[in-house]
Amino acid sequence: MALALSVPMLVVAVGALGADGREVWAHLASTVMPEYLRNSVVLAAGSGALALVIGVASAWLVATRDFPGRRLFEWSLVLPLSVPAYIAAYTYAGMLDVTGPVQRTARALVPSLSDTFVAIPVMRIETMVVIFALVLYPYVYLLSRAAFLGQSRTALEAAWTLGHGGASAFWRVALPLARPAIAAGVSMVVMEVLNDYGAVSYYGVTTFTTGIFRSWHALGDLDAAIRLAAILMVFVLAVLALERSQRGRRRVDDTRGTGHRPLLRQRLRGWRAWAAFAVCFAPLLFGFLIPVAQLALWTVRTAGDVVDASYLRLVANSFGLATVAALLCVALALLLVYAGRLDRGRTVSAANRAVVLGYSIPGAVIAVGIIVPFGWIDRTVDAFAEATLGVSTGLLLSGTLFALVFAYAVRYTAVALLPLEAGFERQCRNLDDASRCLGEPPLATLWRVALPLLRRTLVAAAILVFVDVMKEIPLTLSLRPFNFDTLATRAYQLAVDEQVAESANAALVIIAVGLLPVLGLDRLLARGRG
Amino acid sequence: MARNRRIAIGLAAAVVLGGCGAGGAGDAVVNVYSHRHYEADQQLFARFTELTGIRVNVVTASADELITRLENEGKNSPADILITVDAGRLHRAKEKGLLQPIRSEVLETSIPATYRDPEGYWFGLTRRARVVIYDPTRVKPGELSTYEDLADPKWKGRILSRSSGNVYNQSLLASLIAANGEEAAERWARGVAANLARPPAGGDTDQIKAVAAGVGDVAISNTYYFGRLLSSSDPEERRLAERLAVFFPNQDGRGAHVNVSGAGVTTSSKNVANAIRLLEFLASEEAQRIFSEANLEYPVNPRVEPAEILQAWGEFKADTLNLARLGELNAAAVAIFDRAGWR
Repeated sequence: MALALSVPMLVVAVGALGADGREVWAHLASTVMPEYLRNSVVLAAGSGALALVIGVASAWLVATRDFPGRRLFEWSLVLPLSVPAYIAAYTYAGMLDVTGPVQRTARALVPSLSDTFVAIPVMRIETMVVIFALVLYPYVYLLSRAAFLGQSRTALEAAWTLGHGGASAFWRVALPLARPAIAAGVSMVVMEVLNDYGAVSYYGVTTFTTGIFRSWHALGDLDAAIRLAAILMVFVLAVLALERSQRGRRRVDDTRGTGHRPLLRQRLRGWRAWAAFAVCFAPLLFGFLIPVAQLALWTVRTAGDVVDASYLRLVANSFGLATVAALLCVALALLLVYAGRLDRGRTVSAANRAVVLGYSIPGAVIAVGIIVPFGWIDRTVDAFAEATLGVSTGLLLSGTLFALVFAYAVRYTAVALLPLEAGFERQCRNLDDASRCLGEPPLATLWRVALPLLRRTLVAAAILVFVDVMKEIPLTLSLRPFNFDTLATRAYQLAVDEQVAESANAALVIIAVGLLPVLGLDRLLARGRG
Repeated sequence: MARNRRIAIGLAAAVVLGGCGAGGAGDAVVNVYSHRHYEADQQLFARFTELTGIRVNVVTASADELITRLENEGKNSPADILITVDAGRLHRAKEKGLLQPIRSEVLETSIPATYRDPEGYWFGLTRRARVVIYDPTRVKPGELSTYEDLADPKWKGRILSRSSGNVYNQSLLASLIAANGEEAAERWARGVAANLARPPAGGDTDQIKAVAAGVGDVAISNTYYFGRLLSSSDPEERRLAERLAVFFPNQDGRGAHVNVSGAGVTTSSKNVANAIRLLEFLASEEAQRIFSEANLEYPVNPRVEPAEILQAWGEFKADTLNLARLGELNAAAVAIFDRAGWR
């Protein structure tokens, strides 16, 4: 199964080894490669670090402290995840540009400014780092909050009795215990950043991913593009391996298994309470409220021209695809992770790493990795059927929703896999062993022991996949069947056509539909731990 | 919870079944792979169905992705027509054997020879000129002349352009290679890159707005982006655009650089007759008028007047270079951009 999901990665790897685009390659290496590398590293490290700080700080506050608005922040801090990065990038640029609402209002209110048009230099790599962090930190937030909530008070109390109060307990106990979850979250942020195309190409920031598209589209050299993708894959592998080796053989599971006592929230007062409020409110404000307000403003202006009955169809398409993909990816990830846990050997673990790679490759490259083998299968089956039966089977796989859903599975199983791995790691192996000793077969153990304990992580994983598929562009664009549009393809096509205001309503609906499961998550969390 | 899941699965099933419905046998269809994603096109396809009863199925994506898809689907590809937004990609599709030659008197009489493939593999449907948008208060009359002149040091810190990743800039440079040779074109790219007022970012519209904000004095842009600002529903955008003006370069020489958005019939097409009918309709006066009015592109059909906004800019002389050359020189242009440091 992992092998099937790795087919596109294998296509990339084989293509990179056997490619003959040497000339183009030499050209790239001597001209633009250093800049691709520099920008990719700056974006990945910068956004990763910033998302880490925002995500962990807000998760820690929400999980262990009580302050005004905490109940609200608990779920609303996830909201920025539903804002696609390229939409946020277009929105901030549009908001601050010469005809954007900021300058417009200034001109309307201050008579002496009525003829002033100012260029605010928004489109820079620094802004890009901040925007990525603002819409992607929820990965870190969601996973680390689940980890903090799952931590037993016993561990922290032990720290307190040993003389490590507040901050020290956080740094020396809570943070190390939550580390697998935080690392999973940050890796997801980094991989999202590395394969982004829409936002960076609009801001004119050249990265490996823009380079891949440039080699493929403009230079017409798919081989060179595939080789760049292979480098990107190695890059991600290195990051993942580094994190793993750092963690070493430490185990963070709760071996006592029983006697879990949830943390008691500490009430904050005075300026501390307001500081906590500010820390949680800022990312929500800049990652969600401001972009959504701007989109709403544009929607009011353009909805009359753009919205019609076909929108219901778009909503149904997006929602249906995202639901199917979410269920499928979670099921696949669960089986893979559990197989890894049973096996503890190298093969399964390596297979799981390969699946994670799918998340780091730009969607358009995965699309190629699917179009090529599926096309081959179709042609082979067709030739065989024609030769033996005299009938043409036509295209069985290419251009079907099956191909699209398969592509989502390749790309997003990692999104479900990383949190599940982190969740399993916190779960005590002794429970598994006990169940197995009592004669339950592995699958029954999974069903009756592991799953109920992992319920919260499972739902979180499904929501992450759902929201990701709602926003997905490159796979959907290049693999979908005829007359099949989604909210994301509609919004994206209007945006790249420089009709940002017209794209606002589709973007707004993506966000609104993404909200439903997020709110569902909140209700689930309210029902206690699981 | 269980009920929610059932609803979700039901919805998903409906989507899957719905998706399989397209392209079914029996009724008259034409299947289109298109890089054009304008509302005007939807309107045109609907009108075509109304006139002929032939249903139009569409997949939109970037031309390169569609070409890859065509290649891999092989002879069983359902696509009948490939539509792109530049001649270079049509040329590439032809070279890869994905298009077939078409003879049609209607197409040959409605589309001038410059804007179609000499052997009938593809036909231009709309034209867009790459021009200079400038601020008349800061650019003296007579200061503007040719594309070549933009590399002159007098423009230092005054030029705005989007990134070289965009096909419109690539085609412009390809036309300069065709006119002056590779070496001169590389000197030109270096010169312009050195004259840029800021590192390339954003689209053509952003460059136009930056001229209005005084970041630079001239912007390189396609005509329809400026047209859209002039006819925007937003009064602020109109006010901004009205302070600026259009300049068509190289009017005393080879003419302004023009590219087409165009289409060809695929080798694998199973509905060739329907495909030709659709192309003939898109080249017709009625369709050409809609292209121009709704999307502010120049018609290829000489019998159709451009939209009023475009007419106001006056007639201009267009470069008569055969557009297939742009496709042949595209890769060379990108390599030059990389060497010249034009991001």
